[in-house]
Order: sequence, then C-alpha cells, then structure tokens
Amino acid sequence: MNETVQPSSLERAESLQGLGCKRRRVEDIRFIQGKGDYVDDKKLPGMLYGDFVRSPFGHARIKSLDTSKAKALPGVIAVLTAADLKPLNLHYMPTLAGDVQAVLAEEKVLFQNQEVAFVIATDRYVAADAVDLVEVDYEPLPVIVDPFKAMAPDAPVLREDIKDKTEGAHGARKHYNHIFNWQIGDRDGVAAAFSKADVTIKELISYQRVHPSPLETCQCVASFDKIKGELTVWGTFQAPHVIRTVASLISQIPEHKIHVIAPDIGGGFGNKVGAYAGYICAIVASIVTGVPVKWVEDRIENLTTTAFARDYHMTTEIAATKDGRVTGLKVHVLADHGAFDACADPSKWPAGFFNIVTGSYDFPVAHCEVDGVYSNKAPGGVAYRCSFRVTEAAYCIERAMDILAQKLGMDPAELRMKNLIKREQFPYTSALGWEYDSGDYHTALQKALDSVDYKALRAEQKTRQEAFRRGETRELMGVGVAFFTEIVGAGPSRNCDILGIAMFDSAEIRIHPTGSVIARLGTKSQGQGHETTYAQIIASEIGLPADAITVEEGNTDTAPYGLGTYGSRSTPVSGAATAMAARKIKAKAQMIAAHLLEVHDDDLEWDVDRFQVKGNPERFKTMKELAFAAYHGVPPGMEPGLEAVSYYDPPNMTYPFGAYICVVDVDVDTGETKVRRFYALDDCGTRINPMIIEGQIHGGLTEAFGIAMGQEIHYDDEGNVTTGSFQDYFMPTAVETPKWETDWTTTPSPHHPIGAKGVGESPNVGGVPCFANAVNDAFKFLGSTHIAMPHDHWRTWTVAEQLGLHK
Amino acid sequence: MAKHQISLTVNGKPVEALVEPRTLLIHFLREDLSLTGPHVGCDTSHCGACTVDLDGKSVKSCTMFAVQADGAAITTIEGVAGADGTLHALQEGFREMHGLQCGFCTPGMIVRAQRLLQEIPNPTEAEIRSGIAGNICRCTGYQNIVSAIQYAAVKLSGGALKEAAE
Repeated sequence: MNETVQPSSLERAESLQGLGCKRRRVEDIRFIQGKGDYVDDKKLPGMLYGDFVRSPFGHARIKSLDTSKAKALPGVIAVLTAADLKPLNLHYMPTLAGDVQAVLAEEKVLFQNQEVAFVIATDRYVAADAVDLVEVDYEPLPVIVDPFKAMAPDAPVLREDIKDKTEGAHGARKHYNHIFNWQIGDRDGVAAAFSKADVTIKELISYQRVHPSPLETCQCVASFDKIKGELTVWGTFQAPHVIRTVASLISQIPEHKIHVIAPDIGGGFGNKVGAYAGYICAIVASIVTGVPVKWVEDRIENLTTTAFARDYHMTTEIAATKDGRVTGLKVHVLADHGAFDACADPSKWPAGFFNIVTGSYDFPVAHCEVDGVYSNKAPGGVAYRCSFRVTEAAYCIERAMDILAQKLGMDPAELRMKNLIKREQFPYTSALGWEYDSGDYHTALQKALDSVDYKALRAEQKTRQEAFRRGETRELMGVGVAFFTEIVGAGPSRNCDILGIAMFDSAEIRIHPTGSVIARLGTKSQGQGHETTYAQIIASEIGLPADAITVEEGNTDTAPYGLGTYGSRSTPVSGAATAMAARKIKAKAQMIAAHLLEVHDDDLEWDVDRFQVKGNPERFKTMKELAFAAYHGVPPGMEPGLEAVSYYDPPNMTYPFGAYICVVDVDVDTGETKVRRFYALDDCGTRINPMIIEGQIHGGLTEAFGIAMGQEIHYDDEGNVTTGSFQDYFMPTAVETPKWETDWTTTPSPHHPIGAKGVGESPNVGGVPCFANAVNDAFKFLGSTHIAMPHDHWRTWTVAEQLGLHK
Repeated sequence: MAKHQISLTVNGKPVEALVEPRTLLIHFLREDLSLTGPHVGCDTSHCGACTVDLDGKSVKSCTMFAVQADGAAITTIEGVAGADGTLHALQEGFREMHGLQCGFCTPGMIVRAQRLLQEIPNPTEAEIRSGIAGNICRCTGYQNIVSAIQYAAVKLSGGALKEAAE
C-alpha cells in the first residue's frame, strides 16, 4: 500500500507533458544559444574542400576539358572529371525515378550549372580559385525550356545516352524527349459524363517551377577510413537510411561499413531527400585522398541544381449539371522533369499521388493522364512541402472549381458545399482510387465561412466593385476560398516503396532502470520538433514524463531503419510506430505489475502513469517503479529489461484537410496585392502539440505566400536561369508576410494508433490555391477567368492593363 | 597570400589573428574562432543568417572581410547569454513563443533583435517587422518571431508577459 497522498489523475497527466499540450521545444535550448550542430559546423583534421566547375550553358557539347592549370595551383589536391569517374562506373548515378543522372558531365551538358568537374583543395577559397582555372570548351546546342516544345518532331535530342530506348522505367516512350505516360481512371466514363454535361469548363492551369530553398543549402562531409574500409558521411539528409543504402549500392562498400549521420538540419522542405552529385564526388574524393572532404552548396547552386519542384502544366476539364453538381473530371498534365528524371516519388508513382486531383469533391468519374518530358532545366521534381505532387493537384482542382463556379454564376463556397464529400460517405473511395480515411468537410467549411463572416465579405466586395466601376476607387477586393484534402503518410507496403524498400517507418524505445527513456526513430527532423513531439506521444502512452525522454534521429548506426521525413510521413508512420512500440512496453510492464501486486493481469487497469488494481486504486505500481522492477524483479520466465521496437507498415494513408479563406486588395495601378486577412482551418486529426502545429501552419502558409505571390525558377530562351539567387527569387520577409489566423476541427484518423494525420504540409497545399483564388476573384467580375501564378506586381499590373483598366 | 594581423574583441574577449585579406568575417568567426552560431544562408547578403553585432550595428558577416573588423567589438549569438549562462530575454522569448523551428536563422535573428531593441526599446509590430526585414526565416512565417521579440521587449522593460501564441 502506498501511504503518501497521491496527486489526481489530471495533475499527474499534466505533469507528463503528453499529447495535446503546448510543450516548449527541447531542441530550442541549443539553437537559441548558437549551439546547433549543422553539417558545415563540422571540422575534421586534414579536411579538404570540394567545389564544382559548372556549365554556363543550358545545352552544349563539351569539346575539351583541361584541368592542368587548376591542378598546378598550390593547395589543389585533385580535380575529378567524368573521365576519372567512368572507370569506377560512377559518372552516372541511379535516380529514385528509375533514370540515371550524370554525376559529372561526360560529353554534353544538359542544364545551366550542371556539374562538370570537382576540384578538391585545402580550403574553400583555393577550391574556388581552382574552379576558375579549369578550362572547358563548349559548343552550344539548341535549347528546350518550354515543355510544350519538347516532343516536337524536330526537337533537339537531349538525352543521347538513352535516345534509342523506347521503354523507360514507367513504360513506353513516345519520343526521344519523352519520359513516361501515366494514366488512371475511367476514360470512357468521363467521355460519357462530358457528353451529357449541362456545363463544362476547360483551362490550362500551370504551376510554375519553384524551389524549396531551405535556409541551409545541401552539404556533406565524407570521411573514408582506409584502414577499416569504412565510410562516414555527415549530410543534410531527410532520409539518412535510404542514403546509406544507395551509397552502399553505388560504392559497393558493405552497408554495415557505411555510417550516415544527419545532424541538425536547417530546413528541408523536400530539397534534402535526393542524392546529389556533390555527395558522390565528396565520397569519391575522400576515398581517393584518404582524408575527409567537405562539400557545401552556395545559394545559387542550390536554387539552380538541387531539387526544383512543380513545373506541372495541367489541362483541366470539369463536367457539371446546371445546378452545380460535378459529374466528371479530366486532367492532362505535361510534366517538365528537367534533364534527368530525378523525381523523388515512391517507385510505382511516376506522377506521385497526383490522382488525389479529385480533391475534396464527390466526382462520380474521373480520368487523369500525365506525360513527363525532358528539358534543358535542372532535374528534381521533389515534393516541396507536400506529399508527392499533391500541391499541384490541389492547385489544379481548386482553381478549376472556382472557374466552374464563375461559369455557373455560383458563389465558389456554395459550389464547394454542394460537392464536398459528406461525412457519412467516409471511408470514401475516390474516382481515382484512393480510400479517404475520415473527414467532416461541411463542418470545417461552415466554420471557416462563419469565422470570417463570409456573407459580409461578399457584400462588401459587391459594394466595392460598384465603387470601382464608378471610378471611386482603384482597388479591387478579392476573396479566395480553398478546400483541400492532403494524402500523406506514405505509405502502405502494398503500393509504396523507394528502390524496392517498403515505406514503413520505425521507432525503438528503451526504458532505463531509473525510468528515463531513449527513443530512436527512422525519421529525421529538419525543424519539425520531433525531439519534442515524439516524447509527448511516449509520455501519454507509458506515463513517464516527456522531460525524461530523449529522442534521437539521424544516425544510421543507432536508429532503426526508416524511410525518413518528407510527405508529412513522420507523424502518420513513425508516430504510429512510436505508439505501437510504447504499447509493447506497456504490455510487458503490466505483467510485471501483476506479478508485483500478486494479481492477475486482467485485474489491473491503466491510469495515466500507473497500473492499479481494479476497484482498489490505492494498490498500484507506477511506470517508474515498473521500469526499475524490469531490471530486477521480473516474473519467473520473463526476460529482464524494458524495451521495444516497432516497424510500422501503415494500413492506409492519412487524409488531413482544411478550409482556407483569404481576402486581398489589389491596386490596379501598381499591381500590388495586399493580403488583408488569411484564415486557415486545419484538421489533422489528433493534435499532438498545438503550439508546434500552429508554427507549422504559419511556416507553410508563408511558403505558400511566396510561391503564389512571387516565386518562379525562370529560364530564358537560351536556358539561363534568371532567378538564381535571393536577389531575384522572391523570399518573403517579415514585412511582406501577412498575419495568419489559425483554427481547427478534429477528425481523428480511424486507422492510426493515436488518430493523428500529419500537418506540416497542409498549409502549402491549401495556401497556394487560396491566394491564387483570391487574386483571381478580384478580377473575375471584369471578365478574367484564369491568371497564372506567380501573382507578383508586374504580372498583376499586366492583367489590369490587358483588361483595359489603365485607360 | 600575405596575411594581415588583426586585433578585435569577440564576445568580450580580445582576439589577435593573422588573416588573409580576402577572408570573409563569417569564415573567420566560424572556422578560425569556431564560433559556428552564425551561419551562411545565401552568399548575397539577403538572408541575415550570418548577422553579428559590430560596434553597435547589425552587420552581415558574409559581406565583410575579417580585416575590416580590425579594432572592432563583435558580439555573436554565443555572446548573447549572460556570463553565468542565464538566457537573454530574447532567447527565452524565442523558446516561449515558438519563434524558431530548424534553428538555422535563429542566431542571426536573435542578434539582430537584440540590436533592434536597443535602437527601439518598445517597438510596434510594424517596427519589429521592418527591423528584421534583413533576416529571412523559411520555417516560422515570422509571426511567432514577432511575438518573441515583443515578449523580450516587455520583459526587458519590466512589463507583464502574455501567454504563448494560440
């Protein structure tokens, strides 16, 4: 019998800092004191620095390459070229999409800033000097930057290495610049729906090429130990285990002799999923020189060579009845993948999960087709803060629904209300094959409309439109509505793998005798706060305080194998693994408690942090007591110790959703758009840490604001990137960035152990179409149907000019 | 390359060093002095991750040579907390108000905010936003950074603190 007065269940629960509380972040302590441990902070004895010679041309033949002057510079150790890598079979590397990508260009360069040679020197300044001394003679070739010209009969041949291959990794190729054709849905059914439709719309909706641009660029330090035959790579890796496997397959170094470590990462947003030439060259350089080699991208290299996103050109058609019920959806996408197909998608999904394009609406039938093409642009095609190609899909359907509403003369919110999937339809199988796990869309949208007093906004807009027509104001008011459904948590092994490895994820939890804990996971935080939130899950599951739980990720030697952090998969997959591992521990602890209390297992019940005897709560054993008992007093026949591992293969994706509303005022004379208000309602299922959720939403909305209002990785006709630094590529500062209003509903996932769905990417997915719809909404009463992104001042001014508003 | 002798004060400590004339201040701090708090984010002086305080001004240390700092007094993020390890009100505010995520911009942001609060002890929200316009954050959307600076402004002026965001 425990004699002391026990705190109440509620008090004990609060002291755990578990699920649902605004726990302050563990990782902040080091970051606010400048004690983060990022890759470029690493300094090893004798370390050398690598730097790339890059192509100034978008497409050119390399006529000669002379490294002699560079090699003669004091401090230069070596200069690697394709000729050095070819005997090692490393001049090309496999991509996640089943293509190959040049590590160093051999005969041709295919995009501006493509890697041509790798200089290794004693410091980064000398390396940069030597880069300038490498002499390359190029013969410029015709360039393709417009994907619509890639498959012209007389288009220049881009990929000479595969020009005669009629079969690609995803089926037949129609043209030497064609990568794949991917189709899903019911083509005949859609044709029938369109033939019967009262109303149809058709629009080319293009999502421009953008870049995730985390504040820390891609970088690594490779260190090969010749004596042990072991390779250690510290790098900015969102998926360290996958990088290790790829490194082993490419280098032939056994996987157990490769140590991949992702330390603190300065943001990722999809940029740090793939394998890049810099990693390969640094590894080769370290093997060749026998000392550690560091490679750090500069910002121009980052924006122009590693991992673009989007560049999707979506011809979209909707069929509907005259009273506004959607009856069919047809989308054809022309996808510009750049010079190599290096998209970071699960292997079987060359267009990612783009078939979420039916969105949140009950389309009876749909068909979707994607053609991927090569161009003289950087490779990539990553999921920039979204699940694979989901942002493209959300932008596509949300713009198209607005265009349909305009044609029907209906309010866009009313059209959405009419077509949203109903609560009672969940689990809902979409026309393009996904099983949406849970949702209450009408409640969410209604809450959003009520919160902003949508009717009043529309009334104000009408008044202001009349004033504009009378010449009393030069401002147009726009109200943007977007309702999105994400598909995250890739994914079930039946349909998701990377290089054949199923997309499970993992958690290993070890309880120490004193009741403190270490948990290791297969994911890797890049700012999401995993060290804080995973501990909250464990705290609630096993009743030990979050402050007594260390969470560790990123070291492939110690963490269980996992597929990493991207596509909002950490909470849906590793978060689930965490709960499952914790439950194994709890089950063992229950047996120990029963043994110590001399009752049957079934006579015990769990209460916050303890097992107590049913009907006799004064008799209990706390988890802290049971932790100690696990190391000295286990029941006969039971192994001592208290730890568990879970590899979680999710039964389904999770489907977070949200309703966003944006109000803008557009000055038609300057093209300036002011965001007056932005309201974001997110439903991510069970909420683990509301403070962190809100932070994720603020950040994702700010990225969405940047994309919608100004960002574009733009190429001129010669293949030059014209937006290759923060001078030219729009980066929102605190001044332009709007204030965000956040709200939520909670519809737990029925198949996730704690009901959580993931949230980090929702605001990027829903935010972009919401801004775009707001700007379009401002102009639509003047006859405008669709204005392409980005909605910067110039483009918006141009729209006003074309509409004759400056006369 | 010929090296130059420089003498300066970094985080209150005297420093003597020989540097190449082309060595950027950020590389001198990070690589010669192992002060890895300030970061390189953009190379074009837009992002402010490299911000340090130099003779009472916020400077982007990627856009200055180490030799130009000869004779200067520099404070980096490593010098913001008290000598006994007590966190500065800004450091506390950034944690309390969730003003950081990946942490990469944070050292520059806090050092800039510290100078801002000396320039304007009780700034308005607009003054804070324009005061940190030279520092880019890709994670937070700035709103909680603004709250963190407001938290510190209130605390430093002895006012009452409000609850965390949301």
